[in-house]
Order: sequence, then C-alpha cells, then structure tokens
Amino acid sequence: MIGFIARRLVNYLFLSAIATMLGYVLVSMTLQPAARFLGKNPPVPQSSIDAALDKMGVNPSVPILQRLWEWATQLVTTGSLGVSTRGTQVTADIIERSGTSLRLLIIGTILGAVIGVALGVWGAVRQYRASDQVITYASFTILATPVFVIGVVLMILATSLNQAVGTNVINFTGEYTAGLQGGFWTQFGDRAMHLLLPTITLTVGAVASYSRYQRSAMLDVMSADYIRTARSKGRTRGSAIIRHGVRVALIPMSTFFAYSFGLILTGASVTENVFSWHGMGEYLLTSVSNADINAATGTILFTSILVLIAGTLSDVIYAALDPRVRV
Amino acid sequence: MALTDPSTLTVGEPDTMRNAPRRPQSRGRTILRKVLATKRARIGGGVLLFIILWAFLGPLLYPWSFTDQDGLAFSQPPSPSHWFGTNNIGQDVYVQTLVGLQKSLVIGLIVGPAAAIIAGLVGAIAGYVGGVWDKVIVWVIDLLLVIPGFFLLVLLSPVFKSLSWLALVVFLAIFGWMVLARVIRGQTMSLREREYVKAARFMGVPGFTIVRRHIIPNVASLLIIDATLGIGAAILSETTLSFFGFGVQAPDVSLGTLLAAGASAAVTRPWLFVFPAGILVITVLASSLLGDSLRDAIDPTSGANRD
Repeated sequence: MIGFIARRLVNYLFLSAIATMLGYVLVSMTLQPAARFLGKNPPVPQSSIDAALDKMGVNPSVPILQRLWEWATQLVTTGSLGVSTRGTQVTADIIERSGTSLRLLIIGTILGAVIGVALGVWGAVRQYRASDQVITYASFTILATPVFVIGVVLMILATSLNQAVGTNVINFTGEYTAGLQGGFWTQFGDRAMHLLLPTITLTVGAVASYSRYQRSAMLDVMSADYIRTARSKGRTRGSAIIRHGVRVALIPMSTFFAYSFGLILTGASVTENVFSWHGMGEYLLTSVSNADINAATGTILFTSILVLIAGTLSDVIYAALDPRVRV
Repeated sequence: MALTDPSTLTVGEPDTMRNAPRRPQSRGRTILRKVLATKRARIGGGVLLFIILWAFLGPLLYPWSFTDQDGLAFSQPPSPSHWFGTNNIGQDVYVQTLVGLQKSLVIGLIVGPAAAIIAGLVGAIAGYVGGVWDKVIVWVIDLLLVIPGFFLLVLLSPVFKSLSWLALVVFLAIFGWMVLARVIRGQTMSLREREYVKAARFMGVPGFTIVRRHIIPNVASLLIIDATLGIGAAILSETTLSFFGFGVQAPDVSLGTLLAAGASAAVTRPWLFVFPAGILVITVLASSLLGDSLRDAIDPTSGANRD
C-alpha cells in the first residue's frame, strides 16, 4: 500500500512539473506583456520596453524554451518565481495570498465532502421518498446556479438583514474589517464573520455535487447481487447497506473527490472575486488582465501543487477502501 | 427483471432495431416510454423545450428589438411596455435576456453532448484496451486535470476573445470531458472482468463490438446524465467566464454578460439581475431534471432492487 501511494505521488509530482511547464509555454503564447507599453503618448522607446520585459524574463524576442529554462533554473536554484508586472516578487505575493485562499478551500472541501456524502447515502436509501425528493430538488437547484449568483444573492440577503436589524450583523466585503481595533478574539470573530458568506457559497455547491454523485454510486451498489446476498443471509437492510454498500460506493467517490477538486478550486476563486478577497483567485484573473506571465505561471504552480495534494489524499482513501489495490 | 432487460441480452441492438417486427418493443421505445412516465422528465423536457422555443420565437413577438433604446424609459422597473424593465441606457431587459439566452443555449446544446461523446469513447477505449493505450490516455487526462478547466479557459481567453464565440464553444468542449472519461474508464475496467464480457471475448467477438454492445450500454447512464448535465454545465462555465469578462465578448451578449452588467446594481435595481439569473437557473435546472430522469429510465440496475 505504501508502495502504491509512493508510486502515485511520484506520478503526481511528475505531472505537476509537466503541467506547470506546459502552462508556462501556454501563458507565454497567449499573453502579450508588451501590449501595455504600446499606444502610449508619448511613445515608450523600444529599449525601455525591452529592458522592462527582460527584467521579468518575458521578452518575446527570446525563444520560449529558453525563457522556460531560465525560469525553471531560477525557481530551482533560488525559489523565485520571477517579478510581476507590478514589480513585486511573485513568490512573496503567493505566500501572502495563499493563506486567504486555503482557509476558504480547506473548510469548504471538508464540510462539502462530509455533508455531501451523508446526504447522498440518505437520498439513495430513501429513493423517491419525500426526503430524497427534497434533497434532490434542492441540490439540482444549487447545481443549476452559478457560484457567483449564489454569492450575489447571499449578499443581497445579508444587506436586507443588516437593514432590517439596523446594524452590520454580517460583514461580507473583504477578508476582515480594515483598521479594526481589539484583541485576538475580536479579530478572530471578525474574520470568522467575514468567512461566513463565502464559506456558505462554496460549501452548498460542493454538498450538492457530492450528494448527487454519492446517491448515484449508492444506487448502483444497492441493486448489486452482493447486497441481495447479504440480505438473504440475514443481515438487516441497514447493516447490509452500511457494511457492504457505502464502503463500495465510496470507491468511485474517492476518484471523484480528486477530480472534483478542480471544481472546488474554481468555485473558491469565483467566490473570492465576488466577495473581494485578495486571494489566489483574484491573482489569476488580474494576472491575465495585466498580461503578467510570471504571476499567471505562479498561480498554475500553486494550483498544481494543490491538485497534487488532493490527488494523493484521494489515493490514500482509495487504497484504504479497496483491498484489491493493496496487493 | 434481468431476463427481460434488453441491455443484458447478448443479442445486438442494431439487429433488433432492423428486425423491428420480431421485437415490437424496441429498446429506444421502451426507454422513451419509461422516461415519459416520470413526472420529473416531463417537467424537465417540457420546460427545456419551452425555453428553447421562447428564446428563439419570443423576440419576434415583442415590440422592442435587441438594439432599440427607449429614450423615455431609463432604468425603469418592469411595466406593461417593458416586461422586465429597462437598463440605464433604455434597452429592454426582456429582449436582451432572450437574445442572451439564445447564445447561452446554443453553447450548452453543442458543448454538453460533444464533451460526453469524447469522454465515452476515450474512457471506454482506455478501460477496455488497457495496456500502453490506457497508460497514455490516463496520463493525458491527468495532465489536463492538473489545472482546472476554468483556469485554463481564463488563461486561454486572450485567444478566443479575439475570435468569435464559436472558439469559446470548441474550448469549452475540449476542457469538459476529462472527469467523466476517468469515471467511464474505471467502470469499464470492472465491467471487463464480468462473466458476460469474458464470454463474449472468448467467443471471439471483436473488441470494438464488445465495447459498443456491453460496455457502452452499461456506462450509458453516466454518459447520458453527463450529456444532459453537460448542457447546463457548459452554460454555467460560459456565464461564469463571461461574468468576469473572459467569455462572450461585445457585441455578442449571453446570460453571463447580462449578469455581469446587472450584478453591480443587483441591490438597487434587482430586475437587471434577477430576471436573467432566474431564467439561467431554470434552464440549467430543466436540463438536469431531464438528465436525472433519463438515468432512472436507462440504467438497467437503478431502482431494480428496492425493498
């Protein structure tokens, strides 16, 4: 089992490295960092443009593979991801912003997975009963709603709640109240309150999607022969479903966890932007708008590391659930 | 159940289709009957059909056109002359919403099925053929999955922004099939070891025929759910990209660009946001309901063993 996990981890490391390098090439081909110097009045001299682009290592006159090589050697030797178009170090930017993103991501993923799986099993066991219908229609409606609409609707609701109460009960703009005075618990409470709406926005989507897949996997399992065998040898329905059903139904789910992680990442970055959090999601969108190759590649690297971690986690779950991979 | 279930018979479906008189109840008709029997499917399919007709016929039956500006009604709430109100330059929100809906629907109806077809073929081939092909395909899928599709689309947006919205359609399909292909591959690998597949193989049935006859029908539930859900998913991707300015570009409008324009005024002038958002949710919801009821009708095992 350790061997299986280790092999998968090496595979993921390799994939992440390749993906980041391909990402670098892709971004270098699509973004035009020189464009923002053009059309200026008075015109910017070519030598200044070249100097600025060379400083970032993104001069289009240098072949892409050579730039990639320089970028990669710089990353390996000094740990630097280069300079952004705003003149800051990308590595420092990412370290500063990742905490904001990870807080939202980790809470959203865990809450989403646990609640989602529980609701999915419940819905499958009680297929077509009232509770299943309610869960089904609620999750369909949530899955049919883009994350940014959920965010905006929650903001409208919070605004009307605040107006009804007369004070700012729920603060939702930004990650914390700027200039707030107070001790640790005041700060903590303030951040927790700011976290409320973004977390709800991210979690409801994850719950809806996990519960659908878990219900689907569970229904496939429940009509399988071994459940009938378990029933006929005298197990109660509940015991047969939990001991033989849920465990097997979680095997396809563990794969789905890894690959739905991208959806959660997307949801988190959309949520960050809607609630004006200065996280990695905002960093990605502004890097594309600013044609900032180094910042965009840094975001790709960050994302691929997160996907690597999520993939390895899902393999651990897979190996724990399915005895066949342990041989 | 198992005896009458057409998907477990080893008789090929195309033969039974061609010799319809011998089997009056064809698989397609059985499925259609089962689908139409569920309320959910009737609602989902009916609403989706209505929305498609409405999006394309609605603007023809309405006095205002997409380009008209009513100089006497700026930022007006819904009224008999402007059903969904007007925006700050006097454009009619109703007709804007329907024109945006047209674009979003066309994108969804192309991308959803296209992505599911790619996923089914790639996943079933990888799972059934195995060996080197499987390794290569899985590796490519994994590589494409390392960076979420939305991020890749954002990074690629400078490319399709300069082209037409059709480029966006192609990119949405290219980045929409990987997760399902992995799931299909997993299912196929376990199906490959089933007795009836082994029996077919030992009887000398060619690999492609086995995939078509035994693998695809058994993963069809997943494919059909995903083709139908894919319609909604593509619409969601498109609106999200457009919301942040990376998707459909002016002068084209989609529901996403309308929502982007309306979001900042959502609290003070809700009609700018609520109507497009509501229609978007209803459209995606209808496609999901249809997909789910198709699953219940097609999947030979679902719901067969309820106590």
